[in-house]
Amino acid sequence: MAVQYNLKRADFIFRNENDWEKILSRTLQRDKQELINELISSELKGRGGAGFPTGLKWKLTSEAKADQKYVICNADEGEPGTFKDREILTKVPFKVLTAMGICAHITGATKGYIYLRGEYKFLRPDLEKAIKEFEYYCNEIDFDFSIEIFLGSGAYICGEETALMESMEGYRGEPRNKPPFPTNEGFMGKPTVINNVETLAHAFTIFKHGAKKFYDLGVQFSRGTKLFSVSGDTPKPGIYELELGMSLQDFVDEFGDGDTKAVQVGGASGFLVPRKRFGETSIGYKGKLTGISLPTGGSMMLFNSTRSMFNVLDNYLEFFREESCGQCTPCRVGCQQLLIGIKAVKQGQKPASYLDKLLKLTETMQLTAKCGLGQSVANSFSSIVENFREEMIY
Amino acid sequence: MDQTTGLITQLAEQHGRTRDKLLPILQGVVEQENYLSDETMIKIARELDLPAAEVFGTASFYSFLEYKKMGKYVIRVCKTITCAMKGKNQILLTIEDMLKIGVGETTNDKKFTLLQTNCLGWCHKAPAMLINDEVYTELTPERVREILSEYIKK
Repeated sequence: MAVQYNLKRADFIFRNENDWEKILSRTLQRDKQELINELISSELKGRGGAGFPTGLKWKLTSEAKADQKYVICNADEGEPGTFKDREILTKVPFKVLTAMGICAHITGATKGYIYLRGEYKFLRPDLEKAIKEFEYYCNEIDFDFSIEIFLGSGAYICGEETALMESMEGYRGEPRNKPPFPTNEGFMGKPTVINNVETLAHAFTIFKHGAKKFYDLGVQFSRGTKLFSVSGDTPKPGIYELELGMSLQDFVDEFGDGDTKAVQVGGASGFLVPRKRFGETSIGYKGKLTGISLPTGGSMMLFNSTRSMFNVLDNYLEFFREESCGQCTPCRVGCQQLLIGIKAVKQGQKPASYLDKLLKLTETMQLTAKCGLGQSVANSFSSIVENFREEMIY
Repeated sequence: MDQTTGLITQLAEQHGRTRDKLLPILQGVVEQENYLSDETMIKIARELDLPAAEVFGTASFYSFLEYKKMGKYVIRVCKTITCAMKGKNQILLTIEDMLKIGVGETTNDKKFTLLQTNCLGWCHKAPAMLINDEVYTELTPERVREILSEYIKK
């Protein structure tokens, strides 16, 4: 079945940000409820990968009663194959800061944080300069809001929102149970909005151009544009802003090297799509338009026919084994056993049918792991093992 | 008062002594001394009035907060999928050959430590590595030799 939507390039995120002062002062004068409605009607969903409706998140936090609230920008970009957030913070930091300011105005927060991954420490001086300029302007227009950078120290799991808050509070980055959700009990137990860098940049676009402009892009359930981090076997690796809802076939026609065997959509915690499925797969959030619709934080890794899918899976599993926080047993032990298991099958110490046992294990992990890390190992594991079973055995 | 104690006091004065300042303080010490010794962690625990086990528990969770002695320059080569596909192993071999150390080891003059790390976020410019906080991308064995020669001269 053919997908009707073609690949459409867009240019919003990296377009000039020189008018941020105007946008901020203009937006701060608008009614809070009206702003929330505007954001909700844009149907912007979280661009970190999970796709939670941003307007709803802001609304819930604005309704929570507390003496202190926080806005956090999640810049702990750690998913393999993702590198867009660094580019946003480098090129258009004021869009992110302005959106944080508007969010603070709506929710009643007075303090913001940017959780910057340790690997991006070199961004800090420039970002601090931008924050200073931003705060200076806030002060000028009598808007009480300040932003601080909190540096991570090399832990993938801290991209999970509650693990990130644990980390900011000085603890091991272990995810919390949900509920309560951060909108009610987040950083320091206070209502907190936590958004991905790109989500905030899109919010800026929405408050600048209006919700309709954003809503008119993309497709049903997947409105707007998205930054894609393209890497792997491609002649043009880099960051591209595309409308959501495109077919994977179109994507491969544009970015493939002519010999694309599979594409990993959404990083190691996402899905591997084999060539025969390119045509029926579209990129967007849940809500099936045509064939399969895959959500993504924007990581698109292409593999050509020279790549062994066993090596790819082996690499992912080693990643998960190291990055599992170790708090819950399904994830801690599961990741180890999956890695040991595929190696044993490959070396002939276990029969091929053992792969089915491992698939069952990933199902268990999906059901019982505490957070997204353990739950999503099943995505790449099952999509690779089911589509490239022979490569796992021989 | 020795140097480390002075540093810890200074960091505590700067950031504050509450639990949420623990990570910035640990990071501040690692920035100066490259790692956290047992004694250092005990001192931090005293300064913040925390059990030492809590300080170790937090520190040991984060891969950039080393608690074993590190060289002056810590080299972290990215080993995640794209870098692995684009020749990470050759980069490692080049470094191992130049510095005569394996992964996880430190040179005798305590100048370099070689480590592997997970995705650095430079997949479009793979392979990549960090030397302390400095990023190097699109590496080739030749380029690695040039870069390391510069560091050896330092």
